[in-house]
Amino acid sequence: MKKVSLWLVILVITVSMVAVFSLNGCKKEAAPAEEEAAPAEEAAAGEQFITIHWAQWAPADYLEKLSKGFTTETGIKVTVEQTPWETFVQKYNTEMIAHSDAWDIIVGDSQDIGNMAVNGHYVDLTDWIIEHGVDKTFTPASLTYFAEYPKGAGKYYAVPCEGDGLAWAYRKDLFGDPDNMAAFESEYGYELGVPTSWDMLKDVAEFFHDPDNGFYGVAIYGDNGYDSLAMFAEQCIWSFGGELGDYSTYEVDGLLNSEGAIAGIEYYYDLFKFVPPGFGGAFYLETNDAFVSGIVPMSCNYLAFFPGLANEETNPYAADTGYFACPPQKGPDGVERQFAALGGQGASVVTYSKKQDLAFKWLEWFVKPETQLEWARLGGYTCNAEVLASDEFLSFTPYNPTFKKTMEIFKDWWACPEYDELLRTFSEDIANYVVAGNGTAEEALNKCVEDWEEIFGAAGYYD
Amino acid sequence: MFKRSKDNKIERNQISYHSMRDTSLIRLFILPTIILLVVINVFPLFWSLILSFSNYSAKMLTQWGENPEMIGGVNYSRILADPDMWNKFITTAKYVLLSVGGEMILGFGLALLIQLKFKGREFITTLLILPMTMSPVIVGLMWRLFYNPNWGMFNYLLGLGRIDWISDPSRNLYSIVIVDIWMWTPFVMLLSIAGLSAIPQYLYEAAEIDRASWWSKFRRITLPIVYPILLVALIFRTMEAFKIFDLPMGITGRGAMAPPLIAMHLYNISFVTWKTSYGSAIGYIILIVIIAITSIFIKYLNKAKQ
Repeated sequence: MKKVSLWLVILVITVSMVAVFSLNGCKKEAAPAEEEAAPAEEAAAGEQFITIHWAQWAPADYLEKLSKGFTTETGIKVTVEQTPWETFVQKYNTEMIAHSDAWDIIVGDSQDIGNMAVNGHYVDLTDWIIEHGVDKTFTPASLTYFAEYPKGAGKYYAVPCEGDGLAWAYRKDLFGDPDNMAAFESEYGYELGVPTSWDMLKDVAEFFHDPDNGFYGVAIYGDNGYDSLAMFAEQCIWSFGGELGDYSTYEVDGLLNSEGAIAGIEYYYDLFKFVPPGFGGAFYLETNDAFVSGIVPMSCNYLAFFPGLANEETNPYAADTGYFACPPQKGPDGVERQFAALGGQGASVVTYSKKQDLAFKWLEWFVKPETQLEWARLGGYTCNAEVLASDEFLSFTPYNPTFKKTMEIFKDWWACPEYDELLRTFSEDIANYVVAGNGTAEEALNKCVEDWEEIFGAAGYYD
Repeated sequence: MFKRSKDNKIERNQISYHSMRDTSLIRLFILPTIILLVVINVFPLFWSLILSFSNYSAKMLTQWGENPEMIGGVNYSRILADPDMWNKFITTAKYVLLSVGGEMILGFGLALLIQLKFKGREFITTLLILPMTMSPVIVGLMWRLFYNPNWGMFNYLLGLGRIDWISDPSRNLYSIVIVDIWMWTPFVMLLSIAGLSAIPQYLYEAAEIDRASWWSKFRRITLPIVYPILLVALIFRTMEAFKIFDLPMGITGRGAMAPPLIAMHLYNISFVTWKTSYGSAIGYIILIVIIAITSIFIKYLNKAKQ
């Protein structure tokens, strides 16, 4: 056949093009096919729905469960699409760069709020928050860290959704064992118990550390791929009297490398000697694993990962597990301070969403006190001041009192758009000392000051 | 359709407007692929080249003149003047040398053994090529579990105690090399088997008559004939090893304690800190290095063919 109908050729090309564009329409690598198919089916059926994007963890499951109540009330279906923590921030950043309308609400990381606000990816919620009294019903600290940018400017881009922070779990049976108590007291001169200072915490870790018998002093973060090592380091810095810098002037010299900050990082280095082998790559999974496998007497993790420790099916020591907030500590200046690193996220409406009206309806429902109480009952960490203060909330889980205390002492990382560069350089510099054992704390922090000044300078903060 | 003359023959020079020749048809069929290639490969290649001469972050709002702002060769000069970057290239070269070297020696050695006639030869060959058939990401994650110092099988089986193969920077490069060799030795082995099978048996028979030693036969018959195909394996493995990403990502993750391999650094720069233009410049330097190395090998390959 030498000649063919032009119509046939056009047909073949059209089919090819349609196939190509259909494939493109199949949406990136995104979520499993079932999840992708669900909104499409709903759209076809003319049903109203919104999609919320969050990290893949238990609170996201709680939120989906909670939102069933919203569906019952309004008929609007809610899908909570989850992305593993390792790629969570990158994924939603990529989608926002592409002005994607795949999600109507993002429950994004607190430190990313500046980036999202400056680049216009989140809707300005200032008026909405005031109109709905969120500024009066939610704790001021949660609004500052989860919702406000720039800090102190009174401009809000999120509603505090999941409050979270670093706290500790410990083995009550080991701490209360008479032999351990006697041995500890004779070695350190004071009674073994829940650490009342970071110094005591280190003594306890040293006391229990017995690597020859496969038992180690403590399980803390060492991984520096995202923010785990940085979050543990920052709470050491603050507790010993240092600062990450001045959040309003972006000055870091003399703050990040102050005497207190150096003492904090030296403390981290000393404490890291008592972790199990391989903890240079440890994040939430490894710390929980070490605790439930019974090789450490205490571990530090985000409170949102504590349900696994309180569950007897996943932790054979659940009945003997106690919890405590980050202890206070006297810095080199003799002043006692108590801080914990903030975790958690705020819920923001996506600028590119075509269903912003539905998203606002959901937010309106979510901030109601009764919804917040139910949110807490399911396992979510509410930031509603009234619910937090209630006895009912404190009795929901064995670690809720620790959460309440942590909410009073938390502090957060930089929230400017360059936070990720700051995180990366800080993690590299600190890990090089704490994990790899190179140089001194002072050298690591001085290097970090240099790196950060370069980043802030390039971003024009010193102009 | 086709017009016919009075004697019922098709008049080829009188094609109707809706018919076309073979060449046009071929072009039309190729067109969608070409368009896709241009959109997915060629355009990003040139666009990233332009970006590498600018100061641009994909994370920030695009405002021409500011983001991206053309800054000439600043990114390239910064990269080449950065001692840390040279350290990353040296570590990557070390990785390539160890992993590809190991694969070539083991792969060729296994191929020579497989060539021997023994019972269960086909079964063993199938077993040996299994690692190669697995997804590198899965392999990375699987070996992360094997390497776990507290309960992983690797230390246990070798009786090594609680050695940290994952986050100890003095050791974790070698842990990735081990996995790379485990995974890709079968690839070299397969190519070597193909080369060895192509050697005419009469050459060995002639050598036998001449009472040539095993080493003499290997050096004068086996190696010269297999050499071109070994070079092909070397080219493929070198290119792959130089830009290795999936295995280290699975085994050590992308943290600061991960081995400073250049592709991991490129990922961190481009997708963690979103320095898009700087990342593009690194990407182009990697491309140039790979092209340079490959060209050297191809030169030798052409010589070997002659």
